[in-house]
Amino acid sequence: MTTGVPGVVETIEAHGETTLVVDPARIVEACRHLRDEEGFNELVDLSGVDYLGWGAKGVAGYIGTAQGRDLNATGSQGFQRVPDPMPKRFAVVYHLLRVSESPARLRLKAWLDDGEEIDTVLPVWPAADWYEREAYDMYGIVFRGHPNLVRILMPDEWEGFPLRKDYPLGGEPVRFSGER
Amino acid sequence: MTVVPETRIYEGTRIPSPCPTKLVVDPAEHDLADILTVNFGPNHPSTHGVLRLIVDLDGEHVAGIEAVVGYLHTGFEKNMEAKTYWKGITYPERIDYLSFQSNELVFVLAIEKLLALETPEKAVWMRMCLSELSRIHSHLVWLGTSALELGAISMFWYAFRERDLLLDLFEMVTGVRMHTRYFQVGGLAEDIPEGFYDAARAFSRHMPHAVDDYEGILDRNGIWLRRTKGIGLLSAEDALALGQSGPMARASGIDWDLRRNEPYLAYDQVDFEVPVYPNGDVYDRYKVHMDEMRQSARIVAQCVSRLEELRGAPWIADDRKVVLPPREELHTSMESLIHHFKIVTEGYLVPEGEVYVANESARGECGCYLVSDGGPKPWRVKFRAPSFAALQATATCVRGTAVADLVAVAGSLDPVMGDVDR
Repeated sequence: MTTGVPGVVETIEAHGETTLVVDPARIVEACRHLRDEEGFNELVDLSGVDYLGWGAKGVAGYIGTAQGRDLNATGSQGFQRVPDPMPKRFAVVYHLLRVSESPARLRLKAWLDDGEEIDTVLPVWPAADWYEREAYDMYGIVFRGHPNLVRILMPDEWEGFPLRKDYPLGGEPVRFSGER
Repeated sequence: MTVVPETRIYEGTRIPSPCPTKLVVDPAEHDLADILTVNFGPNHPSTHGVLRLIVDLDGEHVAGIEAVVGYLHTGFEKNMEAKTYWKGITYPERIDYLSFQSNELVFVLAIEKLLALETPEKAVWMRMCLSELSRIHSHLVWLGTSALELGAISMFWYAFRERDLLLDLFEMVTGVRMHTRYFQVGGLAEDIPEGFYDAARAFSRHMPHAVDDYEGILDRNGIWLRRTKGIGLLSAEDALALGQSGPMARASGIDWDLRRNEPYLAYDQVDFEVPVYPNGDVYDRYKVHMDEMRQSARIVAQCVSRLEELRGAPWIADDRKVVLPPREELHTSMESLIHHFKIVTEGYLVPEGEVYVANESARGECGCYLVSDGGPKPWRVKFRAPSFAALQATATCVRGTAVADLVAVAGSLDPVMGDVDR
């Protein structure tokens, strides 16, 4: 199923799911191939992930350390194992589905650094429209060639990208009625 | 079995270009001087919440449309990253607040997949039973409000009569009427109360008759038929291209249901049919919803029979690193007290990895993409919201309709704004 897909860097099998890591420069080529040759006719989901600080500070700040499991420290459950470092900060994750007599699912993943752009897959699956806008809205990932890449869930004039790991939770002051 | 039908609802594609979710006024067909741009919503009783449609009208006809969402964005996904897994379970229910058990279930299944945790049979069947009740609950609210918007006010009261019976069932099992938080990682939060079996069986017997009543009101109502048939067309090809699932896809002739095509829980052990209708209009979407309620009642009856055989069986896995110990043990066992304290304060650790789990919610594929770094809090949770996908089809479905039909079409997409905006 996964042979002959253009631009594939790595194939990962885990939890019964297949992930193809794709060169971001060839993402459209890979998607077109998967749609036309492999029959993946539906893009069910597209999501950004921010890996800033992945495994560096210890999980949740108070259990374990990046050096690994320390049974003598408080909160001794610690890391089972230090997470593998990720190649770049952002991942764009595509979940594909083959709606046919022989259903199949596939995950595509493209790695991007902050400021790097990726081509839109909207010409392949029109469903990518809002998903890419959401990834842009939440992570600031720019999809080159998207005809309407504006914020979708946050207000238009919003500053910052809320789902980034360096965007604080609760950083937004709460306004009350009657306040100026 | 053909999943994607050969017959075509219309030739070619109706998806607007270049932007699939935005229908721009075509100057060749409309005089731009005649175009009136109207904001439909976000605060409008017929938009199922806070959906805003920017509509370009040429007289009565919709010449251009764009759906604007985000008014109910509450940052669930960001909040969940800061909560331990077992606290996070309360969030997904509030995302799709009509089909709450499905969202809760998909998150719990994703955690269990990463933990490789087995759930006892009783929990599996009870989860299935509640998911189906939740589907009926969601369809009833859909039916009541959509019919209300087209003027069939009495429909609303009938649908909410049965909905109340359902909420009573939820209350009996979980203590609350909505947002039950009854699914725990490993199984269920509590055992099933004794009175549930009879009440659920009585409901499953009553429901098909209630659906007959609804159809009696609507299916012979000339206004309802004329306002729904042939309106809001969506072909199978366009539905797939726009990522549709659930009733939207099945009303366009796509024979696809995750419960049957990719069975989870114990759906491969129950008998049910998947309703498929070929015309892709509002009426067919209505028919799919009606048939699904009958089928769900059928599944509930089978679940109750199986659950009765499982009386006295464990309802949650016996894994003390993940599951809270029984309350009575806390008074006598030091170990249990430690486990309880650890799980409540630090949470349990979920192995590093990423999974995508999907289930068939009332409005289609409800998915959860979960990334864990091995700690007690999720690194990333992304919900694949079926309503979000359904609203992407607004511009395609509305193309060429009159403004009065807009209400019928928007209602038939069955959007829950909490699900769209998360």
